[in-house]
Amino acid sequence: MSLLEVDKLCVEFSTRRGLLKALNQVSFELEKGEFLGMVGESGAGKSMTGNAILGLIDAPGEIASGDIRLDGKSIVDSPETIRGSRISMIFQDPLSSLNPLTTIGDQLIETIELHTNRRGAAAKQRAIELLQKIDIDADRLEAYPHQFSGGMRQRVVIALAMASEPDIIIADEPTTALDVSVQAQVLDLLRSLCQAEGTAVILITHDMGVIGNWTDRVGVMYAGSLIEIGTTEQIIQAPRHPYTQGLIASTPTMAADVSTNLYQIPGNMPPLTAIPEGCAFHPRCPKAEQQCQLSTPSLVDQVACHLWRDA
Amino acid sequence: MINMLIRRLGQSVIVLLMVALVAFIMFRFVGDPIAVMLGQEATELDREALRERLGLNNSLLVQYGSFIMRSLQGDFGISYRTGEAVSSMILDRAPATIELALFSGILATIFGIIFGVTTAINRRGVISQAIMTTSLIGVSLPTFLIGILLIWLFSVELGWLPSFGRSGAVEIGGWHTSFLSLDGFKALILPGITLGLYQMTLIMRLVRAEMLEVLGQDYIRFARARGLPMRKIYYYHALKNTLVPVITIIGLQFGSIIAFSIITESVFQWPGLGLMFINSIYYVDIPVMSAYLVLVSLVFVTINLLVDILYQLIDPRLSDAQTGAN
Repeated sequence: MSLLEVDKLCVEFSTRRGLLKALNQVSFELEKGEFLGMVGESGAGKSMTGNAILGLIDAPGEIASGDIRLDGKSIVDSPETIRGSRISMIFQDPLSSLNPLTTIGDQLIETIELHTNRRGAAAKQRAIELLQKIDIDADRLEAYPHQFSGGMRQRVVIALAMASEPDIIIADEPTTALDVSVQAQVLDLLRSLCQAEGTAVILITHDMGVIGNWTDRVGVMYAGSLIEIGTTEQIIQAPRHPYTQGLIASTPTMAADVSTNLYQIPGNMPPLTAIPEGCAFHPRCPKAEQQCQLSTPSLVDQVACHLWRDA
Repeated sequence: MINMLIRRLGQSVIVLLMVALVAFIMFRFVGDPIAVMLGQEATELDREALRERLGLNNSLLVQYGSFIMRSLQGDFGISYRTGEAVSSMILDRAPATIELALFSGILATIFGIIFGVTTAINRRGVISQAIMTTSLIGVSLPTFLIGILLIWLFSVELGWLPSFGRSGAVEIGGWHTSFLSLDGFKALILPGITLGLYQMTLIMRLVRAEMLEVLGQDYIRFARARGLPMRKIYYYHALKNTLVPVITIIGLQFGSIIAFSIITESVFQWPGLGLMFINSIYYVDIPVMSAYLVLVSLVFVTINLLVDILYQLIDPRLSDAQTGAN
């Protein structure tokens, strides 16, 4: 049994323009202490997956079918029992993730007291320990978020996510808003802290560089579906789904010939209101065949593509 | 913080001096106080004596200076109408107005915030819709009509509450208070609601609009992801972030409540400053009017100063920005 099992998860939004399938039959597992990357374009459903796991999907959206299990127990109906305690989440923009009118000490202590048995002085002691782990002086406990730099704030956010000693941290583009140099620092910190505590991480990003350097396994999402999943090495060295192949081919590398243009996948990802019949990727797929227009491939043997079914 | 305080105090003094100038000019040039005080029958000798006694023969600057000096000592002259010292008239009536304003201000703030947060959280709920619709009535009906409707319902039809006056006030150390007896408190309820209703709807609508904006912020989403209970997110994390504009309005509105309690005090015959002011307008009682003007501006300036100090206490970014700290 895996730590976290997402099983044929469907999230739908009922809007005036009809039913939108934000997530379509998404299934994957997460093992203890593992770093799982989730990659894809904006709107592919990466963040939606994270929000669904924490039960943070607001009306008119809802989990229409499927299941999410933590240690084998379904958490779909009672996300508040795990939210922030066993699974925490980090968001993209560290500048706005902290309440500007409350000291970071208060925000840390509040989270510690909520999720652990520590109270008062013990909670404060724990807050100081957490600050030390993220290389911030203990006397900054009384400081307000605006008195920190972006990278420091994201480290404070990581400390807040670790405060409850969670089993899983979902990091939703944690470094997109940061400078590249700070990005590496923050991700290294996240990895070393999580490895020390045995915390698993779902790292949501659209940056293949981040995937290559900081994850053990990768899931690739497209138009609300998980289309391929595998070890980071497999995905980068030998991608099987044509979309993943395109994604890898369009990533700039140091070895690439600068005189040729970078590859790009033709066309755009369809909006959720207009997902094509059959395989959602077939209008853009260079290898599309007749059956790709007719039936939607499901994830079999870690890839959702008709071309691999026959092979 | 200290610099800000000194600067704001200086500005307040200038504002007060300007208002005092207007009050003084009104005092000196609107109508002839001598004629009003002595009437048509007085002899020229009497007029001259009074003119001398009131200092009206001195130069304007000297008169303004002595007006300021006297005002500072709490001496606003003598009422044309009653012959009483204006300062003692104000002291007599101030408690009634201050208590009424305090009561309706507190009422408006508490219910304004509760309703504002409620309607922001449950935007489409039945209760929210009902509150929003009712608040439209509160905004659009004139105060005197609300007062009269309340009197009709609670005094005439139901007979629960007195329709006018300030009965049952208890004296404590020279201050008459309505809060310490049941009768006094009952008399306070209707005028308090009448005076506070408009402010309440204003505060409520502002809190609602600010809450809706704050609830969309990332730190609220992160607070939810941290597993904090919704009650704490709404009433602590979100509400705190709406407070700067809300406190501005509450402060200004509290000034208005004191300054413009005239209508409510007239409807309920509440023996406060507003009623005194409207009566002095009928009789062109200039000293009372100018004293009232100075007093009201003092109230506004003081409240503004307090609001500025509160800003700094609520939002640490403001004081850091001023001292240039990072």
